[in-house]
Amino acid sequence: MLSLDRSTYDAIVAHARRDHPDEACGVVAGPAGRDRPERFIPMLNAARSPTFYEFETGEKLQLYRELDDRDEEVVVVYHSHTATEAYPSRTDIANAGEAGAHFVLVSTRDAVDTEFRSFRIVDGTVTEEHVTVVDAAVSA
Amino acid sequence: MAIEVRIPTILRTHTGGAKTVQGSGDTLGTLIDDLDAQHSGLKGRLVTEGALHRFVNVYVNDEDVRFTGALDTAVKDGDAVTILPAVAGG
Repeated sequence: MLSLDRSTYDAIVAHARRDHPDEACGVVAGPAGRDRPERFIPMLNAARSPTFYEFETGEKLQLYRELDDRDEEVVVVYHSHTATEAYPSRTDIANAGEAGAHFVLVSTRDAVDTEFRSFRIVDGTVTEEHVTVVDAAVSA
Repeated sequence: MAIEVRIPTILRTHTGGAKTVQGSGDTLGTLIDDLDAQHSGLKGRLVTEGALHRFVNVYVNDEDVRFTGALDTAVKDGDAVTILPAVAGG
């Protein structure tokens, strides 16, 4: 199961809508080994394409350095599909190098309704998981 | 002096959990051979049929080796090599 704050969920959807019709991509990082997605980090899609995404190579190196320095890791990798359903494509499965991460797919094919789904991709096997969006607690 | 190599989380099972390891070589290819001799199975996660696996990106001193000759990229003592998982798709 993937549990996300409402603000993170909204930020992912907003990024996907903003970059439509190109695919948007990014990560949500969190403390290493805790499976807690806490820090939303939008990334450039170096491919700038409606059918492909790839982190820009220099920005990606900076990202992983920073995560390492902060003892964080990639908890969620997200990207959008802009004309098809929110399900991993063959190239998504073939290139899923972050085997420990939650793979979030957002589809912006409908102008109003956004599909938001999460998967695990391990050794080419796709397993969908439930997404829980947590509204921030109201402090007294 | 040696070449310092940063290992991504998914490959640390081959390095006893170590984030960085050290090796030697004069090209990225020979460096990976040396690393594999110390950390069995690492080469198989990086190289397929004589080419770098598409699941990984490798940088030598901040340069992505896809643009510098891949496994033939020259390396020397004091260089810093970073291995990262690929993040791409359709």
